Amino acid sequence: MAAFRSNIFMLAFFLCGFSVFVTGDFQEELVIKPLHSGDIYASFQFRTQWDTDFLLGISHYRLFPKSLGQVISKFSVRELHISFTQGYWRTMQWGQPFLPSPPGAELWVWFQDTVTDVDLAWKELTNVLSGIFCASLNFIDSTNTVQPSASFKPLGVGNVTDQRFLRYAVLPREIVCTENLTPWKKLLPCGSKAGLAVLMKSEKLFHSSFHSQALHIRPVCKDWQCKSTSWELRQTLNVVFDLHTSGQGKREWSLFKMFSRTLTEACPLASSSKVYVDITDNPQGELFELSPATPLVSQAVVLGDGRTYSVYDLTDHATFGQTHSLNVLLRWRAAEREMLRPLLHGERYVAGYGLQTGEIHTLVYNNHPYRAFPVLLLDTVPWYLRLYIHTLTVTSKGRDNKPSYIHYQPSKDRLQPHLLEMLIQLPPNSVTEVTVQFERALLKWTEYTPDPNHGFYVGSSVISALVPSVVAMDTNNTQERPLFSSFFPCKEESTYFMRIYTEPLLVNLPTPDFSMPYNVICLTCTVVAVGYGSLYNLLTRTFQVEEPSQGLAKRLANIIRRLRGVPLLT
Amino acid sequence: MGLLSDPNRRRALTNLLTRLNAPICVVCYLAGVMWFMGLAFEPFTLRTYMSENAMGSTMVEEHFPAGERALATGREFAAHKKKVGGMPVNWLVKTMESRGLEVFTQSFTRKLPFPDENKERYLVRGTNVYGILRAPRASRTEALVLTAPCSQGNANNQAVGLLLGLAQYFRSQVYWAKDIIFLVNEHDLIGMQAWLEGYHHTNTTGGDWSPLHGRGGSIQASLSLELSSDVITSLDLVLEGLNGQLPNLDLANLFHAFCQKIGVLCTIQGKLQRNDWESTSGYSHSAQTMMLMVLKQASGRPWGDHGLFLRYHIEAATIRGINSFRQYKTDTTTIGRLLEGMYRKLNNLLERLHQSYFFYLMPSLTRFVSIGYYMPAFGLLAVILLLRVSFHLSDRRGLGVGLTRYPGVLSILTPVVISHMTGVALYCLPVMSQEMAVQHFPVSETEAVVLTAIAIYTAGLALPHNTHRYTLPLVLKLVALLYLAVLLGCTALINFSLGFILALSLVPIAAFITPHTHKPLSAAIMVLLSPGCTLLYCVLIFQELQETPVSLQDGWMLFLSVISQGILDHSLYGSLVYPLLALLIYPCWLLLWNILFWK
Repeated sequence: MAAFRSNIFMLAFFLCGFSVFVTGDFQEELVIKPLHSGDIYASFQFRTQWDTDFLLGISHYRLFPKSLGQVISKFSVRELHISFTQGYWRTMQWGQPFLPSPPGAELWVWFQDTVTDVDLAWKELTNVLSGIFCASLNFIDSTNTVQPSASFKPLGVGNVTDQRFLRYAVLPREIVCTENLTPWKKLLPCGSKAGLAVLMKSEKLFHSSFHSQALHIRPVCKDWQCKSTSWELRQTLNVVFDLHTSGQGKREWSLFKMFSRTLTEACPLASSSKVYVDITDNPQGELFELSPATPLVSQAVVLGDGRTYSVYDLTDHATFGQTHSLNVLLRWRAAEREMLRPLLHGERYVAGYGLQTGEIHTLVYNNHPYRAFPVLLLDTVPWYLRLYIHTLTVTSKGRDNKPSYIHYQPSKDRLQPHLLEMLIQLPPNSVTEVTVQFERALLKWTEYTPDPNHGFYVGSSVISALVPSVVAMDTNNTQERPLFSSFFPCKEESTYFMRIYTEPLLVNLPTPDFSMPYNVICLTCTVVAVGYGSLYNLLTRTFQVEEPSQGLAKRLANIIRRLRGVPLLT
Repeated sequence: MGLLSDPNRRRALTNLLTRLNAPICVVCYLAGVMWFMGLAFEPFTLRTYMSENAMGSTMVEEHFPAGERALATGREFAAHKKKVGGMPVNWLVKTMESRGLEVFTQSFTRKLPFPDENKERYLVRGTNVYGILRAPRASRTEALVLTAPCSQGNANNQAVGLLLGLAQYFRSQVYWAKDIIFLVNEHDLIGMQAWLEGYHHTNTTGGDWSPLHGRGGSIQASLSLELSSDVITSLDLVLEGLNGQLPNLDLANLFHAFCQKIGVLCTIQGKLQRNDWESTSGYSHSAQTMMLMVLKQASGRPWGDHGLFLRYHIEAATIRGINSFRQYKTDTTTIGRLLEGMYRKLNNLLERLHQSYFFYLMPSLTRFVSIGYYMPAFGLLAVILLLRVSFHLSDRRGLGVGLTRYPGVLSILTPVVISHMTGVALYCLPVMSQEMAVQHFPVSETEAVVLTAIAIYTAGLALPHNTHRYTLPLVLKLVALLYLAVLLGCTALINFSLGFILALSLVPIAAFITPHTHKPLSAAIMVLLSPGCTLLYCVLIFQELQETPVSLQDGWMLFLSVISQGILDHSLYGSLVYPLLALLIYPCWLLLWNILFWK
């Protein structure tokens, strides 16, 4: 008996030890934010945390996806951020997103400082990720990779900020669809079988105005003392449903209408599973009606503003009520559709006409009535747009606005893109215009894409800023907060970090007529051969009337002489 | 080339060219004209076909239901327009916003160089209103544009109504891959110019406009809608744009394909398609259609609001509803369905329209003449100039003086410079001296400009006869011939119609003018074939072809207004026909005039 007991004890000990060894935590949440335009914004966040060191080589995985863990250990990744976005976030209609992302695919990675050949690791990593996410990340090469000096600082703990270990690339043309969503869903501990992930039906998610899925891996503090770190994996999915096309014009939203599913349970592996609905503008229910009602209300500071949320806790069975399902319903009462004036807003376009030159205009709006703040502008321009950097101008309110920091790395043809980073002070209530002229290069004929007349993409500019906050920011990073408000670390109370992306550009390059290459080749060859050749002949030769022909004897003698190889008779 | 490298044969060829030069030139001229007229003959032309794969095989369905509602919106727009006495900006902004568009406005001011009497405007102030339908899950890189003008009076209310109706219908559809911009422009082309320059942040003509705040990326195609009645009998397609630029032929094909599919009568140059090409009347019908296109293209002015888009490499056309006395009527719902179909196909485009022709003439909506077919007509005319050059070089008796007494190239500088100075005066003075003219003569500003232009033009004839005492007419003639050949060649490459018309009138006089001809007769012929008179004939022929013949008196008035319009087009939109004629063609003609009066 004692032996048995001791066995039990041993087993318990082992289990305990084991659970300590693979300790991990999984949280999931969904934020629903009714937008002023009548559209609705749904943001999923899933966080897996694991106190381990991947660099030691682990073989047992529980919550954390093994495919990613192996990537981290093999390539010595310190931080990895990847996003796939279909559509452009409309700041003027929708305000700011919780997590910004540019159209297309974006990937930025900080490597450990132990990596010797970062370029090689980067190359292999993009190929591996390309396989994991079924995306064209293998098209990332040196022509679209940059090393920003200031715009992309590590978001996790750590003190290495040497840009040699950073790689950043954007593929603005990447199309995001279900084949990217499926592998992304498989990384979740519950897959799409239980919890919030059951809502992710691709035919609904892609029937929307905006779709963005992202994945962030970084080391974070394990506790408030921050003596040791743990790995955090955040998977986010943001989607905006359109009132006119998905809502059939009725001003009414429900989980079922959005996702054609309702919630029935939390993910059993999750320590926390919550649905938040933003009711800040709706304290008395005058804007919209929310049902079922929930007593739980939570306050959070998001993007410099104090927001109030109704919370549905899925781990609590009472949430599901009699029907054993939760279908949050939101019925609009009032309508308002004036455009927003977000504090920070960016626009970009190509000016000019013709296929020789052009001008890139980037407009950055500071709509704060009295506070100036600095922004970091990052522009990555492919080499085939040859920037005339001497034409770079920055003007605010009609006056020259000298950037306090400029980092410019010129392009190398077919090797590396232009990188332009600037720190600009935005005066209050102003529009700052950054213009730079460029010349369109003529590519080699094999370098054109299969659809050259579509144009060539230039990725979004990135504007990173510390924006003055309306309410005091929470600088205590260890406190338990909703996931959506805790991604960007906050160091000061008066400002918060924000990153926005401008629209990508589509630029036409001078394109040969590929429809008849054969004709072109034939014509060119003919013109050169016939026209040039004979004209050259005519111009360089002198013409003389030939003497009457030689006698027969002389000709015979010449033939013999030719055979003998002696000079001919004339 | 063996022919040329053999001195004997070379000499024979030179002799032949010298001896038969005049007959060969005449034959070339006639052949050129015949070739051109043959272009309208149906068996010689090609049938149009859709080249663009993305628009050809993909099927789209048209469901636009709300024609009646669009007309009601149009009436509401008319009422608000009347109330405000111009563009009802606030109403439009509100209406577009309620249809789920992102709405922006742009204001512009434009002061014309002199009052435009046709449209009665001088200082133009206006506002453009446009709404952007954002395509779902698209990243603002591509856009399509639909425009309708806010015209004065009762015109085009239905077009604005239909535009708003389409906006509402399009907004509820899910298949858009490109943003669609719905633009209502005030003051027709001036507003359009302001909007386009604002969109592309350029300023080519010195207008004053406020910057745009909403954009949709690079514009792929655009249609302008003109509709002034509730029902129509046919739709007319207008293609000719600024400086004779044309949109890709696939846009015309697309329009024609949908007219066929939906069953709407469609015309080009206001002329229906006819099937009896064997008959004389059938041929003359297509010849008339083609001639109208040639004349319109040669004028270099935008013949619809679409015309200014072409500069920015945006394929654009105007669709004009025509209501005549025909029995068969088409309602607004059908036009809406037609536009819906066209936009859905344009939305399917993967690349810019580029597969089909950019240089073509259309003798009917289903037939086209490509650049390869019409260029020989011009080539036959241009070769005359080169033949004459070679003739004068090889046959030195031609003008009585040999090249042995060659006095130096500099000596011809005087007449060349004087002719060009006259050209510069013709280009600058009319607009600059209008105030002075108005003070001294009882005429309006517009008349002052036009009459000054004519006065300088005529004065140029009298100016420089005795200044080239030391010059040889042969050298001068060679220079004039080569100059004209280069000028016409370049013009024809850019705007075939203009080049061809100028070649028709200038080549004969350039070829055969010498100081030894009968002076009064030659002078009369030269004046009759001068660029100014050519313009007058073009105006008269154009009216004749449009079946609105005018008397000589009215024709003269029309001629004057065409001149003023040409100057205005140049200063407002950057049309190049006026500077080309004043700065290059007219001086070249003056050089020939000098040769005639060489003593």
